[in-house]
Amino acid sequence: MTSQHFSANGNGMIADAMRQVDPDVMAAYPITPQTTIVEAYAKFVADGKVHTEYVPVESEHSALSACIGASAAGARVATATSSQGLAYMWEELPIAAGMRCPIVMANANRAISAPINIHGDHSDSMSARDTGWLMFYAETAQEAYDNTIIAFKCAEDENILLPAMVCLDGFVTTHAMERCVLEDDSTVKYYVGEYEPLYPLLDTEHPVSHGMYANIGDMYMRHHLTTRRVLEGAAPIIEKHGKEWEKLTGRPFELVDAWGCEDADHIIVVVGSAAGNARHAARILREQGRKVGVVRPRVYRPFPAQQVVDACKGAKAVAVLNRSDAPGAQHGPVCEDVMSAFYTAGLNIPVNDYIVGLGGADISLDLMVQVYDELEQRVAGEYTTDIAYLGIEE
Amino acid sequence: MANIKELSSRPESLAPGHRLCGGCGASIAVRQVLMAADRDKYDVVASNATGCLEVSTSIFPYTAWEIPWIHNAFANAGATCSGIEAAYKGLKRAGKIPADKKIKFVAFGGDGGTYDIGLQSLSGAMERGHDMVYVCYDNGAYMNTGIQRSSATPKGAWATTSEVGKVGKGKPEVRKDLTSIMAAHGIKYVAQSTVGHWRDLTMKAEKAFNVDGPAFLNVLAPCPRGWRIPSDMTTEICRMAVNSKFWPLFEVEDGVWHVTPVREKNAISLEEFLKPQGRFKHLFKPGAEDLLQEMKDDVDAYWAYLMGRVEGSKNL
Repeated sequence: MTSQHFSANGNGMIADAMRQVDPDVMAAYPITPQTTIVEAYAKFVADGKVHTEYVPVESEHSALSACIGASAAGARVATATSSQGLAYMWEELPIAAGMRCPIVMANANRAISAPINIHGDHSDSMSARDTGWLMFYAETAQEAYDNTIIAFKCAEDENILLPAMVCLDGFVTTHAMERCVLEDDSTVKYYVGEYEPLYPLLDTEHPVSHGMYANIGDMYMRHHLTTRRVLEGAAPIIEKHGKEWEKLTGRPFELVDAWGCEDADHIIVVVGSAAGNARHAARILREQGRKVGVVRPRVYRPFPAQQVVDACKGAKAVAVLNRSDAPGAQHGPVCEDVMSAFYTAGLNIPVNDYIVGLGGADISLDLMVQVYDELEQRVAGEYTTDIAYLGIEE
Repeated sequence: MANIKELSSRPESLAPGHRLCGGCGASIAVRQVLMAADRDKYDVVASNATGCLEVSTSIFPYTAWEIPWIHNAFANAGATCSGIEAAYKGLKRAGKIPADKKIKFVAFGGDGGTYDIGLQSLSGAMERGHDMVYVCYDNGAYMNTGIQRSSATPKGAWATTSEVGKVGKGKPEVRKDLTSIMAAHGIKYVAQSTVGHWRDLTMKAEKAFNVDGPAFLNVLAPCPRGWRIPSDMTTEICRMAVNSKFWPLFEVEDGVWHVTPVREKNAISLEEFLKPQGRFKHLFKPGAEDLLQEMKDDVDAYWAYLMGRVEGSKNL
């Protein structure tokens, strides 16, 4: 097994991951900051490096529509989008899941209009978190690559057969250069294997109907129950496939990346690239003798509730950083998932909830330190805010 | 072209027992179009936009479709079909489908799913050159949701969102000329027909299937419920639509326009076509004379436009 070390950004790594997987169909529409993925892929097609039929559709709605058609036809399928594009294809998200199409889609996380803003936050994908997709969030370009490859394996597992969204933060991860490792093409191909579709439309000897009208009695409800049960049972399967990739590459895979949590009094839970700054701040504070930790769900759907609880259960207070808001709800989306996990597990840990980094706003080391300070204040009864916009003067 | 004996011996693709209304034009359109597919030469895979045809033929756990069939959503029969066709190409390239296996792809959508919400998806699919036949069964309104106006609804027609009342006289706007729009995509074959002209429709469908690339058929498919006609009048009203020049039969083959002339002995007035239809009954009450005249002028103008197209493309 060989691998190649070089400088790359997240989009480049995702394009390479997709090239190595070499899906039968890619249908995609350009949108900042996803664009360089589809550009790179179109060049792979032009250079004959893949066998993929590339469908340069006229909109994101058609992108995912074509992907669903291709997946139902029996193809291995990939696509990529971002922000307004994800919103525009929203109608198709639950259809892809409901029709059990194991499509892998990269999402370059970007703010949702209005006002229009092209920078990174999670408003787009968090609005899609309950559509039945597997969701991975990368912290780094390397992880965007690894997650993409693992996502194919998980989505296509016959005990899952659901679409997978591979999220990476707009610009911070999509465009910033990092030192990365690219595995050998054959390693990736060996790992993902051949995709064997179950009831492909193109098997014309055995005609099937896809996308039928479930309008009688409880058929619709039974269908949804299946999706619930599949996702409930998906975590160990994802972990198994992640660990297989870990064995091949030496890069660790955990559903939840927990740093310093064994003895931490104060823990930040954060999704995506901001975890890097959180850990950096935590290291500095650790040197000052403060017991702090960072919890980062790498897999977000299914929500790894047990792993988050296990990582946080010894803490005196936990802060959740949401890179998106859910106006009108009591808490940000990540916080709601974390608190729900705590409640279900009988954990009664105080939680400070923050909305951070919307539209690419900086999440600096100072802000991370502020969050740890406010956790101490919470324990001391001096901080009582339920939810705050971090770094914004009201 | 296959004769009626050959057509009748081809396998049924849409089984009886579906829940479409008696006299529905959609199922006739599907059966005639699919009958024209030469199944000895290729298999057919169908996509279907949300609509009457979809809900009435796929009530889980039953399906009326004897061929592989998919419904995705309302706006995307074109895109969905293009994805299936792309899968066929990609899988063939991968060697997962035998090189000699031939499949043709067809998409069915009503006028709502085609003229309106699905137009972008259709336009994209045609422009990208996918090997597919898109069939619009045009019944002139959103019949599945209860006769709301679409951009295919004729001027003057009553619909539940283009009401008739003290002020309103049905839909004020002229019908969108979708067939010309599709011809403007420069695809190899575009045609307009009806479910009341089986020979014309099956011939055009066969031509459409024979094209290597995108083809489009716009098929007038009456809805007795929406048009307010008896359910045994479906094919007859189609012939009246053609003979009154309300719905000309024409095709655009490699850019060359051909219009089927209306024989003098068959020609009828527009009123004769409109009168049996309850959706136009307000046009025959006092005060609607100007609108009726306008509609007749529209028909004449459109015919003249088509003649111009024929003339302008004859030497291509």
